[in-house]
Amino acid sequence: MDKRELHHALKILPEVCIGCSNCMRVCPTHALRISNGKAILYPNRCIDCGECYRVCPVNAIIVEQDDFNIIFEYKRRVALIPAVLLGQFTEDVTTDDIHTALIQLGFTDVFEVENSADFVGEYINKYLADPDKPKPVISSFCPAIVRLIQVKYPALVDNIMLLKPPLDLSAMYYKKMLMEQGVGEQDIGIFYVTPCAAKIAAVKSPVGEDKSEISGVINMDFIYNKVLKVYKNRDKEYEALNRETACNPKNLMWSLTNGEANFVKAKCLAIDSLDNAMEFLDKVENQEIGDVDFLEIRACDESCAGGVLTTGNRFLTVQRLKSFFNDEKVNYDDDKANISICDKYRDYLVGRISVEPIAPRGIDKLDDDMTKAMKKMERINRIMCYLPGIDCGSCGAPTCQTLAEDIVHGRAAISHCIFLQKTMEQIPMLNPSHSFRIMEKIWGKERFQKDCSKAKTYRIRR
Amino acid sequence: MQLEYSIEGGDFSHAGFASSQVKRVLKQLNVDPKLIKRVVVCLYEAEVNVVAHAYSGIIHVLINTNEIVMKLADKGPGIPDISLAMQKGYSTASDKVREMGFGAGMGLPNIQHNADDFKISSNVGEGTNLEITIKL
Ligand SMILES: Nc1ncnc2c1ncn2[C@@H]1O[C@H](COP(=O)(O)OP(=O)(O)O)[C@@H](O)[C@H]1O
Ligand code: SF4
Ligand SMILES: [Mg+2]
Repeated sequence: MDKRELHHALKILPEVCIGCSNCMRVCPTHALRISNGKAILYPNRCIDCGECYRVCPVNAIIVEQDDFNIIFEYKRRVALIPAVLLGQFTEDVTTDDIHTALIQLGFTDVFEVENSADFVGEYINKYLADPDKPKPVISSFCPAIVRLIQVKYPALVDNIMLLKPPLDLSAMYYKKMLMEQGVGEQDIGIFYVTPCAAKIAAVKSPVGEDKSEISGVINMDFIYNKVLKVYKNRDKEYEALNRETACNPKNLMWSLTNGEANFVKAKCLAIDSLDNAMEFLDKVENQEIGDVDFLEIRACDESCAGGVLTTGNRFLTVQRLKSFFNDEKVNYDDDKANISICDKYRDYLVGRISVEPIAPRGIDKLDDDMTKAMKKMERINRIMCYLPGIDCGSCGAPTCQTLAEDIVHGRAAISHCIFLQKTMEQIPMLNPSHSFRIMEKIWGKERFQKDCSKAKTYRIRR
Repeated sequence: MQLEYSIEGGDFSHAGFASSQVKRVLKQLNVDPKLIKRVVVCLYEAEVNVVAHAYSGIIHVLINTNEIVMKLADKGPGIPDISLAMQKGYSTASDKVREMGFGAGMGLPNIQHNADDFKISSNVGEGTNLEITIKL
């Protein structure tokens, strides 16, 4: 069991939160509640998928990043960029332009995360050839999916592939390369430009490895704005730097749907978006899926092109990255097609490619003790007889079932349900002013006052 | 604790309902994921057999802290030769059923393999009874 505290990159700003409950309603693991007019998070249930971030109408949910200026604490400042960053811009902004802007922003080196993708692909195939690995092997690439499996599908943790993703391999490769050139380890800062909160969580509290090679994480939307500004302000003498090496275009597709599967020689499926992932994992858990060796599963629709910190439209991003395949601007040397750049440090990297087994963290258990869990379940079932079953969320919990569970865990009261309040007022067991106070306690006093700004808030909501 | 489900013969789109529900309950009861896996495999195969080979059936699942017992009773053609049916790869499934991805003849052997205790009895022309036990 992982003793370290779980790091979540997603933070709720209580002073900004208006308690609208949009986030609570979309959370796939029911990690959010409303209390005192604010959203609150149960950290052990959160998988950092960022669905809440997408729907918040007032930006009260933020993705905590490192301060950009920490890059200057290092002599060599490497921007480790995922291909989806390149896909954020319009056609006129070339990859050379993006690299140039990153250098102008203060980085000394720019390296695509996907440079090690073919290498990882090779080792995935080796991994799959091992008959002792429980099939289907599930990719460890998307940290939100790894966490989803830990909390909702604990029986499947052994199916998660125990290999590091290209992010770690590329960081190790680049660091090794610089060190061989005589740069001191303490002088190397590797900064990952992330498309999502899940990757931040994975860097800050990695699952199955001790520590990450990444020195800091910077949000993609932040970098996007900076790069665009630098590019827009270029002067007449501007000339883009010419990169010496370009990443293999097939590698660049890695973080898109099927990008990883395309490297796999065994029978595999690629699944994107959380709903699809959960539907499929349910079947895998029931052992209804036979004869599949490898599952590429990503939490976002269109995989990382749809990451919560991307600014571009995900379909356009995919289209843009695909265009690199037949784009002369990428001076990709075909002879190199079959040799990964990682080959140079093969032994070094192979020695570090594995991760430790991943611990389950099931959130569905009602109690560690089965007898007690059975009692609680009976109580929940009894409570469910009285709840209306419409999942209205007025109690501050996303569903009637979650309210019943919260009651049994001592985190809520049966009187939080407005239907039961009405019933109790009839008997009468509850006086109306008391039930009014209960609702104020859940939703905050303001929610009960006239407020014409809501019309505005609702308009900006998608 | 006891759970009850009914199954319709031929209703492949709902085969797996009971095993999914039981899985949910066992997760809530903090049963070891490895044991849950075995319960789910056994129950799923048994459910599919009722759907594929019988007319209707009732499932009772008894859960206590020592064991999980799944009892399936169906109305159907019954099994004339149980030891033959228990053989790996033996199947009388129709082509139609096979097209749907069932009927590899591995269901009963799989149940036997995953169960700690497995009883099967059948009356031809009446139906089949299974009792599958997984010890906790
Ligand atoms: N509930 C049942 N009612 C009637 N026949 C059954 C039942 N369960 C199994 N059988 C018979 O036993 C055979 C083997 O079952 P099984 O091992 O599950 O393989 P499969 O279902 O793939 O055919 C079936 O083909 C069928 O003839
Ligand atoms: S699919 Fe990609 S962007 Fe989305 S959560 Fe997973 S790793 Fe992050
Ligand atoms: Mg069968």
